[in-house]
Amino acid sequence: MKDIPVLRVVTKITIPIILLFAMYVQFHGDYGPGGGFQAGVIFAAAFILYGLVFGTSAVRQVVSPGILRLLTALGLLLFAGVGILTMLLGGDYLDYNTLGQDPLHGQHLGIFLVELGVGITVAAVMIIFFLAFAGRRD
Amino acid sequence: MIELINIVLLGLLVITALAAIRLHDLFAVTIMFGIYSLLAAAVFVVLDAVDVAFTEAAVGVGISTILMLATIGLVGRQEKPPSHRPLLPLVVVIVTGAALVYGTFDMPPFAAPDAPVQQHVAPRYLEQSPHEIGIPNVVTAVLASYRGYDTLGELTVIFTAGVGVLVLLGFRRRRSHMADSPEEES
Repeated sequence: MKDIPVLRVVTKITIPIILLFAMYVQFHGDYGPGGGFQAGVIFAAAFILYGLVFGTSAVRQVVSPGILRLLTALGLLLFAGVGILTMLLGGDYLDYNTLGQDPLHGQHLGIFLVELGVGITVAAVMIIFFLAFAGRRD
Repeated sequence: MIELINIVLLGLLVITALAAIRLHDLFAVTIMFGIYSLLAAAVFVVLDAVDVAFTEAAVGVGISTILMLATIGLVGRQEKPPSHRPLLPLVVVIVTGAALVYGTFDMPPFAAPDAPVQQHVAPRYLEQSPHEIGIPNVVTAVLASYRGYDTLGELTVIFTAGVGVLVLLGFRRRRSHMADSPEEES
C-alpha cells in the first residue's frame, strides 16, 4: 500500500501524534482515564499502522524481534521488581508506601513504575502479535 | 434521555450481532465485530466507566480487528458451508441464555446503593484513596495499588500470550502454502 501517496503522507503525519497520545495516556493515567494497558495498545497501534502501509519488514527494521522479546520480559520484570524492592525496603510485596520519603510519595512512584511496566509489556506483545500474524504473508 | 441512548445503543448491539451471524463474508463479519466493540465502548461511556471504554475502544476495535483481518488474509475470506444443521448448538445457547436471564431476576436493580457490590470494599476505596494513595483517578489507584497483585497477574497473562504466539508462530518468514486467498494486501 506504500504506492498510494495520500496514505503514505497521512501515515507519516499521524504516527508521531499517535505515539505522543500514547505517552499522554501512559503518564497522565493518574489524573484522567487511561494507564499502562491502554497506552501500550495505542503505542503498538502506531507500529501496526506503519506495518500496514509499509509492510511488516519495515517495522522489523524499526524494532528488531530481539528487542521486542527483551521488552516483553522487561516490563513484567519491572512490575515484579518493584514488589521485590518494596520487600527489601521493609514493606509487603507491592506495598509502595516504603518507596518514598512519605507514603503518598511512595504510592505515586510505585504506581508510575508499575504502569510503565504494564505499558512496555503490552506494547511489545501487541507488536509481536501483529508481526507474527501479518508477517506470515510477506 | 439516558434511557433513549441506552435503548438505541443496545438495539444497535443486537442488530450488529445478528448481522455478524447472518453474514458469510468473514471480512464483513470482522468489521461487524469492530462495530460491536465500538458500540460496547459507547455503552461503557454511558455507564461512566471511561477507563473500560478506553480499553474496549483500543483493544476491541483496534487490535482485535487488525489481528482478525491478518488471519483472514491467511485463511481466505469465505466461510465454509456448514456440514450439519446447527440445531443442538442453538438449543444449548437458548437454554443457557434463558438461564442467565432468569439469574438476573435475583440481582439488585442497576446502580442500587444497597447492592452488595457497592457495600463491600468500594466505599473504602472511594473514601480512603485520596489519603492513602493521593491520585485523582481512583481506577488507577485500585488497579495499580490496592489490586496490584491482580494487575501483576493480568500482565503475566499478556506476557504468557506473547510467549505462546512466539513459540507457535515465531518471527520467521515462511511462504505458507495456505496464502492463496484472493485478497491482494501488502
